[in-house]
Amino acid sequence: MASKKKADGKGLPGDAALRKELLHSMLLQRRFEEKVGEAYALGKIGGFCHLYIGQEAVSTGIISMLRPDDYVITTYRDHGQALVRGMTPRSIMAELFGRIDGCSRGKGGSMHLFDRNTNFLGGHGIVGGHVPVAAGVGFAIKYRGGDQVIVCFMGESVVNTGAFHEALNMAALWKLPCIFVIENNKYGMGTAVERAAAIKDLSRRADAYDGMDGEHVDGQDVFAVREAMERALEIARRGPKPVLLEVRTYRYMGHSMSDAVSGTYRTKAELDEYLKRDPINLLKARMLEAGDIDESDVAAMEQEIKTLCQDAWDFADASPEPPLEALYEDVLVDTTS
Amino acid sequence: MAIITYREALNQALREEMSRDDRVFLMGEEVAVYNGAYKVSKGLLEEFGEMRVVDTPITELGFAGVGVGAAMVGLRPIVEFMTWNFALLALDQVVNAAAKMLYMSGGQYPMPIVFRGPNGAALQLSAQHSQAWESWLAHIPGLKVVTPGTPYDAKGLLKAAIRDDNPVIMLEGEMLYNTKGEVPAEDYIVPIGKADLKREGEHCSIITNGKMVLVAMNAADQLAKEGIRVDVVDLRTVRPMDVAAITASVRKTNRAVVLEEGWELAGIGAQVVDYIQRECFDDLDAPVVRVHQADVPMPYAKAIEKAAKPDLAKTIAAVKKVMYLG
Ligand SMILES: Cc1ncc(C[n+]2csc(CCOP(=O)(O)OP(=O)(O)O)c2C)c(N)n1
Ligand SMILES: [Mg+2]
Repeated sequence: MASKKKADGKGLPGDAALRKELLHSMLLQRRFEEKVGEAYALGKIGGFCHLYIGQEAVSTGIISMLRPDDYVITTYRDHGQALVRGMTPRSIMAELFGRIDGCSRGKGGSMHLFDRNTNFLGGHGIVGGHVPVAAGVGFAIKYRGGDQVIVCFMGESVVNTGAFHEALNMAALWKLPCIFVIENNKYGMGTAVERAAAIKDLSRRADAYDGMDGEHVDGQDVFAVREAMERALEIARRGPKPVLLEVRTYRYMGHSMSDAVSGTYRTKAELDEYLKRDPINLLKARMLEAGDIDESDVAAMEQEIKTLCQDAWDFADASPEPPLEALYEDVLVDTTS
Repeated sequence: MAIITYREALNQALREEMSRDDRVFLMGEEVAVYNGAYKVSKGLLEEFGEMRVVDTPITELGFAGVGVGAAMVGLRPIVEFMTWNFALLALDQVVNAAAKMLYMSGGQYPMPIVFRGPNGAALQLSAQHSQAWESWLAHIPGLKVVTPGTPYDAKGLLKAAIRDDNPVIMLEGEMLYNTKGEVPAEDYIVPIGKADLKREGEHCSIITNGKMVLVAMNAADQLAKEGIRVDVVDLRTVRPMDVAAITASVRKTNRAVVLEEGWELAGIGAQVVDYIQRECFDDLDAPVVRVHQADVPMPYAKAIEKAAKPDLAKTIAAVKKVMYLG
């Protein structure tokens, strides 16, 4: 999908087919997660479940620029990125339902989506823990002489952890092809970023490491994210060198299903303000205005996605729970035979 | 006596001790503005201000170390971990700094600090978020480790921990915060290192701690209906362990089940069984049976998660096994 931006006369980057794909990708995440919310309320999904709603332009913008042999690693807020990476709605929903056909065989749940086929190296639950792992993947790429990159998504709270700094230092020192993507959604649980980080422009964390580039970009504008990612890829793949990308976005739901949407640490008014820049509405409006699509195209896309999400639900619902033996499987690789 | 929740009991202990001693302060993720991830610190920011109720970034190793430094020079920090799964990142400060400071300094630097937070599995939180750390922490000389199972013990042990001049680890039960129990209005502490005989019986001892106390009490109720009366020995503190309470009970009942939330190998139960074989070898009428988590990381899917956890049915079966009842 990676493409050079080109003006097509309508003032929008890319061609019409690509733009439709981007809209589809973002809409799929949104509708899928709305279904997830429904299933959670019905008790079909349990445990911690963190929705991505509001941040879809980040996953779509970044991952749509990758090659299939690149790698992606992320946090517990992983449904959106998994979908964009090409994991099926069925395998994700089945995982959320805790079923055997889930991408992690029902062992991981919402926070731990994994898929070897798409080089999706997992959702990880410990804040900061996966960042050095990403550096390790970068190390292996360099070791094998490949030209892939690893994209490491993280929340903005991660920039305050020791693991983040340790990983960035090694990545810079050893010139590893890592693209560190900070999804700055303004809050880590109930803590506003300025109450936790002693730096305003998080992309400047790159300045601490010689030769590491950093930039920040509007995360509600999928085209802007793609352009920034294009620059990042140039550096990481050709360099090879690590890059730090701060993508400024906002989460529209609570931190997890057990957190109120607003009222404690952020006001309804603030949320409403950010809702005006809903990344899906922004893209849709621009495409409608440019004559890329009309309302009937949108309706058709909505219908198709609705069917896809319902199919995922039905599939997950019909999939069996893991059998009792599964409890003891996959603790270690069997080396006895 | 008032009936309050485990959460409220902890909140009272924090409030009372912070009022009593202005060197005591609370620090951790979401403890102030958000009132605590599990609302244990509700209202404390308002009452004590932001110097004494401190929100930290998500930097467990860092703020545990800040606590250690503050304790070295005379403050009495309470460091809250959002859960003990995340406290793993801080283990260097807990184990290599807090637990050894007094010893390494030849007695010059006591470490009056409390590290506390929820421990163990809740529901369907899967592998990284469902772990009971008792045996890891109890392994370390230089620490005290308490695991209250009731609101009364939670309040009394937290107050004792805050007043203690040593580093005290408090493992709270994530699933216990909403449980209720009687808590007196007047000031009291529960001494660290003292077990509590929560139920008196004669046929078998169930020795347990933390969240599993509730399971043991339920098992005792069920078994009583079948005429089996058990002792429930709540260790309350797992380091130092109240060996006398264990042996007194086993000498009386001659049979024991050791119930714990964590894994089997090198678990708390292994140590309890060792004390029993050393002290009560001739008193035993049957081998001791242990109940614990299956030897696997915690899975997400509901049914196999349930199968992995120690529970009422497994505890009752264990008691029957040591009583040779099939
Ligand atoms: C080491 C560690 N400490 C605490 C937590 C609990 N926790 C889970 S998510 C979270 C907030 C993270 O915020 P951010 O990095 O901004 O990501 P977001 O949730 O906004 O996507 C916290 C404190 C954790 N998972 N790991
Ligand atoms: Mg955030």
